[in-house]
Amino acid sequence: MFKVKYFEVIRTAAVILIALAIAFIIISLVSDQPLKTIGIFLWEPISTKGHIGNVIEMAIPLMFTGLAVSLLFRANMFNLGAEGIFYFSGVVASVLAIHLSLNSWFHPVVAIAAGSIVGALLSAIPGILKAKWNANELVTSLMFNNILFGVGLYLLNYHLRDAKAFANVSYKFQETAQLSKIFTGTRIHTGLIIVLVMIVLAHLFLYRTKWGYELRMTGVNRDFARYSGMKTAKVIILVHLIAGFIAGMGGSVEVLGMYNRFQWASLPGYGLDGALVAMLAKNNPLSVIGSALFLAYIRIGADMMARLSDVPSEMISIIQAVIILLISAEQFLKFWKNRMLLKEAKANA
Amino acid sequence: MEHALLEMRGITKVYPNGVVANHDVHFSLREGEIHAIAGENGAGKSTLMKIMFGMEEPSEGDISIRGEKVKLQSPQDAIDRGIGMVHQHFMLVPSFTVAENMVLGMEPRKGVGFNYNEAVRLTEETARKYNLAVNPKAKVEDLTVGMKQKVEILKALVRGAKILILDEPTAVLTPQETEELFVELQHLKEQGHTIVFISHKLKEVKAICDRITIMRGGRSEGVFQTKDVTEQEISRLMVGRDVVLKYDKDNVPFGKPVLSVDKLSVHDSQGKALLEEVSFAVREGQIVGIAGVEGNGQNQLVEALTGGLHAVSSSGSVKVNATDILAADILRIRSLGVSYIPEDRMRQGAAGDASISDNLISTRYRSKDMNKGPLLNGKRIAALAASLVEEFKVRCSGPQQPIGMLSGGNMQKVVVARECSTSPQLLIAEQPTRGVDIGAAQFIHQKLLELRSAGSGIVLLSADLNEILELSDSLLVMYEGEIVAYFENPSKVSEEELGLYMLGINRQDKQQIGRAVNHV
Repeated sequence: MFKVKYFEVIRTAAVILIALAIAFIIISLVSDQPLKTIGIFLWEPISTKGHIGNVIEMAIPLMFTGLAVSLLFRANMFNLGAEGIFYFSGVVASVLAIHLSLNSWFHPVVAIAAGSIVGALLSAIPGILKAKWNANELVTSLMFNNILFGVGLYLLNYHLRDAKAFANVSYKFQETAQLSKIFTGTRIHTGLIIVLVMIVLAHLFLYRTKWGYELRMTGVNRDFARYSGMKTAKVIILVHLIAGFIAGMGGSVEVLGMYNRFQWASLPGYGLDGALVAMLAKNNPLSVIGSALFLAYIRIGADMMARLSDVPSEMISIIQAVIILLISAEQFLKFWKNRMLLKEAKANA
Repeated sequence: MEHALLEMRGITKVYPNGVVANHDVHFSLREGEIHAIAGENGAGKSTLMKIMFGMEEPSEGDISIRGEKVKLQSPQDAIDRGIGMVHQHFMLVPSFTVAENMVLGMEPRKGVGFNYNEAVRLTEETARKYNLAVNPKAKVEDLTVGMKQKVEILKALVRGAKILILDEPTAVLTPQETEELFVELQHLKEQGHTIVFISHKLKEVKAICDRITIMRGGRSEGVFQTKDVTEQEISRLMVGRDVVLKYDKDNVPFGKPVLSVDKLSVHDSQGKALLEEVSFAVREGQIVGIAGVEGNGQNQLVEALTGGLHAVSSSGSVKVNATDILAADILRIRSLGVSYIPEDRMRQGAAGDASISDNLISTRYRSKDMNKGPLLNGKRIAALAASLVEEFKVRCSGPQQPIGMLSGGNMQKVVVARECSTSPQLLIAEQPTRGVDIGAAQFIHQKLLELRSAGSGIVLLSADLNEILELSDSLLVMYEGEIVAYFENPSKVSEEELGLYMLGINRQDKQQIGRAVNHV
């Protein structure tokens, strides 16, 4: 017997199944060998150690941004600024990775810390605007994405660009700055450990500390939080600082873990993907792990499919769009929830 | 048997947060009658009307009009079937003229343009037909409340409404305007319209309604011919209590003053006085009741006592144990031992999607007791939540259930449990039993009296006169921002006498009112 409290879990599972089903239908229509293509899509990402490595590498930045966005959503802040911060903190970490000379312990620590702190400070701006003047955080954070991208690109073009390279990329990072790989045969780097630690810390913060409690109550009902004596403006600024810190750390870790030069000439998109990860995870830090891995899995699957079959990888956008649409559509499966509610209400009456 | 004009059978409505607003309600409307729906706040009247007007879909049950089953999925469906609604909060565009509002969404055209003259003509014609005088060219923002209501009624009639639903139409009207409305309604009735009149004012129901359906706690308590039932009977069915409340109070002498309000005045941004020179004191172990018709300064007074005051200017002082709190923030006031049961539990009193346990600790999660190093002490919190749920008899599946799934009475018990269990010096209880069932109300009253015996000072604001007369040790009456009466022995005061002061007909002299400061 299903209960109302499991409704959200069931709904998310149903959404994913429907999205996959639609993907299969499209593949069947487009592909000459649909079964083989579907096989590639589902199986290839987990077929070899290298491919599993690819999935996990891709999940690392998604976990960072997914975690940052989850905390913001949890405070009822619809802020999509993780995108710009992720990018800009990558630039900051790159500057330090190029110009500092430290040993291989301190170098990445300093670079990542700098990227994180810059991320926190940048994120605080929309936070303060929201808390003090009630400026819509969605608007300010999206505008910030553009600003940060513009400034970051300027730094890349005029200060970091390696003229000897044939593309628009920065000078090489010092070897000491790069994160070490932790599994041979894959590119999985120590960033995985960092992000898992952050997720556990965020979980403890959110559910086990008084500050996390304030954050959750402010998110559920700000009037209630204020009435209870909480300083909700401070809570809003705090959650922006933390989310910016995590997003900035994500950008720094990604740059130092996966590349030897800074090479994003456009926004990498991880910030907005973070919103999708957060939605799938229902804004729960621990669930971010699973939802980031799932998203990385279907993306790598689509990649493999594009390489090994006749279906292009853009197909994955359709799956993502369906997932976002159905998850955010509150009415989806609502009739079923209402039926369950009615039954429970009758049982209690 | 002839068909009723409109019939609703077995209507059950469960909101997505689990609140059961209507439970197996039957309602039937005869052609050409004025039918009252009476009930307390939260009895489910508004939900039933929203279903009738297509604004909400019932979870169960069906609706038929003239014996034919219908499905009303939007207000447009209802309008198409001749149902019109006049909302309590008017749905008019203030910057438009009466005529423009009248034809909104069904504008007469001249070529591709809007035919304003035709709109004016249509308005005048309808106004004449129903004897509702309005000026079609006046802007809505310049109209009085009574006039706006006429426009709303006309708006429904222009759309062909034969059934007119009026949601608490007299709540915003002066007595004269109410009289006028009643004449108009009678006139409409004579022309063959059917009217559903939602109200909890029994005199009005008796005055113009033919039949009455009484609702309580989401259920229908039956249909009566208005002339066959007395006001007392109606009120008994509405509140579901036969005997008036009677409590035995401990005879503990009052202690030192915990709250002293001295010459508190509050003005709004236009300089209008909302509170004027209000002075009174509350001592340990004393319940001071504050009675008054809603909107006579009680809200500002509560804001001043609880740190929510946003008025432009205030003067005087509000002291809790000698600390002035007029400019203090909420956290500071709470740390002085002030608890507050707010009037609106959905907006302020509870976080609906959060668990009962989370709702219980919101005012004390900072304390050393509840923390262990940097983390919250999960065991202590769980133990506290479990004991409060048990002590306050909250009916739920457990402390982790979201509070929004509880019934109004149980939710209110959680709020009361939180506010009363911190042994407050001073408790501000604002409508503590509004919209809760009688069992929960009596339980809450007991808890307030226990708190009183334990030495807390209590300020009780309530629209329920029976409650306030029975519980209070002394009673203030507010009218237009001033204290107009002070009674030392409220249980000796009759509701009629109190009413004279509440309506501003009587007022005591300064000396008598001044006794509120010292309680001599």
